[in-house]
Amino acid sequence: MVNLSVKIGRLELPNPVMTASGTFGYGQEYSEFFDIERLGAIVVKGLSYVPKQGNPPPRIAETPAGMLNAIGLQNIGVDRFIAEKLPHLRTLDLKVIANFFGDSIVEYVKAAEALTDSGGVHALEMNISCPNKQAGWIVFGTNPDAMREVVTAVRKATDLPLIVKLSPNVTDIGMMAKVAEDCGADAVSLINTITGMCIDTKTRRSKIANVTGGLSGPAIRPIAVRMVWEVNKSVMIPIIGMGGIMTAQDALEFIIAGASAVSVGTANFINPVAAIEIISGIESYLLEHGIADINEIIGSLKT
Amino acid sequence: MSRFFKAEISGSDILNSDICLLSLKPHAEYEHPLPGQFYMLQAIGCYDPLLKRPFSIFSIKNNNLSFLFRVRGKATKILSSLKKGEVIDVIGPLGNSYPEPGSDFVAVAGGVGVASLYNLIEKYSCRAHFFYGAKTKDELVLLDKISSLAKELTIVTQDCSCGLEGVVTDACADAICIPDSALNGLPVYACGPNPMLKALHSRLSGKGIKCYVSLEEHMACGVGACLGCVVKGINEYKRVCKEGPVFSMDEIQW
Ligand SMILES: Cc1cc2nc3c(=O)[nH]c(=O)nc-3n(C[C@H](O)[C@H](O)[C@H](O)COP(=O)(O)OP(=O)(O)OC[C@H]3O[C@@H](n4cnc5c(N)ncnc54)[C@H](O)[C@@H]3O)c2cc1C
Ligand SMILES: Cc1cc2nc3c(=O)[nH]c(=O)nc-3n(C[C@H](O)[C@H](O)[C@H](O)COP(=O)(O)O)c2cc1C
Ligand code: FES
Repeated sequence: MVNLSVKIGRLELPNPVMTASGTFGYGQEYSEFFDIERLGAIVVKGLSYVPKQGNPPPRIAETPAGMLNAIGLQNIGVDRFIAEKLPHLRTLDLKVIANFFGDSIVEYVKAAEALTDSGGVHALEMNISCPNKQAGWIVFGTNPDAMREVVTAVRKATDLPLIVKLSPNVTDIGMMAKVAEDCGADAVSLINTITGMCIDTKTRRSKIANVTGGLSGPAIRPIAVRMVWEVNKSVMIPIIGMGGIMTAQDALEFIIAGASAVSVGTANFINPVAAIEIISGIESYLLEHGIADINEIIGSLKT
Repeated sequence: MSRFFKAEISGSDILNSDICLLSLKPHAEYEHPLPGQFYMLQAIGCYDPLLKRPFSIFSIKNNNLSFLFRVRGKATKILSSLKKGEVIDVIGPLGNSYPEPGSDFVAVAGGVGVASLYNLIEKYSCRAHFFYGAKTKDELVLLDKISSLAKELTIVTQDCSCGLEGVVTDACADAICIPDSALNGLPVYACGPNPMLKALHSRLSGKGIKCYVSLEEHMACGVGACLGCVVKGINEYKRVCKEGPVFSMDEIQW
């Protein structure tokens, strides 16, 4: 037997594999394919205090080994999540991480408070890749000052483990991670999607209605691994790595680069049992290499 | 019985004008699909194309699931060139289905939209007043089979190379709307490109006719998780893969 359990701050996970926000709904859709209690954790679709309709279609387009999405953070809102989705999640032996966001600092704080009070949420992951409606539409996660302000406010509003999900659309992600750490984050997760575009040359229109979208899937993996490595050099808090993880080998790259846990996103769409295959693949890797504990290889990159 | 399974190509025929009829033999026990439901299909082991593609169930015979599709881009090209015995990944059956017609019914197919209606007329044979339209004769497939399964078949081509000249929506709406038409009051089932369904809506809405349409949107997951496949409903976005693909015409903002 090998040890697969890892710690994200105070949060103990039975294994390092979770599902990425926005790719796994609230767990129901995929429960028919495997026992979701086997996951390290589930990260639910991004929630806001006020429900959001999302962007007009088309919302997705495929690109080489990747996909662009502009869902527009459509979600049922924190209240309906707590009333309709959380009761079922509470009955499971499963760590629930609530991903959330806001249009303003006030909205972030309201969402964080409601989720903290709900009972049944084990940790919060704040998505800061969205703009501040009340301050010139600056994306919180791409401006260190805006980020400091919002993370500090949320930190005061919750005593749950707080994970800050970093945007890759920055020049120095190590520096942004440091800001999160300084503001009291218990962990950082990365990467969110990389902003991209693709154009239909026949119509000369973007293939998605929102014009720009977020790129995910295997196409972004090398960038994501590099960013995890950079963040690992700049902060002490644990890292959750993601971006194009399809297989256990991919997940191990992130772990070796410094991630204590990983999230599986786009891969769920292609292989609904990807997360489970990745867990057993990591286990086999440890056995094969005579490694007794996953924690031994976290951040073990040889340079 | 999992809705995610592997299946082997048991037959692949290119019918006329780039339309492929693909038969699959599931490797495991499978859930029986209803007319209007769909599957996500993908050749195994490549990341380009990355995502599975949705296809309506065309027919189920002797434990074979078959699909009728037009070769449009990368994924359909690969699927159409697979050889007998090759294995692919399948998720399904997914989505809702056409509500059961209580009576005779009208079916309107535009081009390869015939794929999703075929299973319906197979299940309720000799009850469909079937309107089948395409740009030109070459795009029409399986006319003999359709004509034997339908109560009545009306063919419409835009270039008049076969059947009536014009668009299928006009032919169908005209037939329904003539005074004392036997078709008036029958439920209508339609599948085809969006502009066609839109045209059908503008001809039939407000006439008290129950009309069901099968819609298409780009999909990533096919199971309701990604929110990528929405269409505009009257009050909110609806997922084609979950609340659809079959919608009552008056649920949709056209
Ligand atoms: C529920 C459902 C059932 C379908 N059933 C059938 C069927 O029975 N037979 C059939 O021929 N086609 C069907 N389609 C459409 C089919 O999924 C697309 O033609 C296919 O995905 C194209 O893939 P590709 O890689 O070959 O083309 P791509 O290279 O991805 O694209 C080629 C062209 O097809 C369009 N396209 C791509 N994906 C879709 C999509 N999901 N829906 C509509 N247009 C798309 C693109 O905008 C582009 O113009 C269905 C779609 C849905 C949503
Ligand atoms: C369809 C879709 C929806 C997403 N929605 C969210 C979201 O609501 N909140 C969030 O923080 N990230 C969201 N993401 C980003 C993913 O959680 C993940 O960071 C990103 O996709 C990279 O991982 P992947 O390549 O494995 O998908 C979404 C991604 C996709 C593809
Ligand atoms: S394709 Fe993912 S929700 Fe419909």
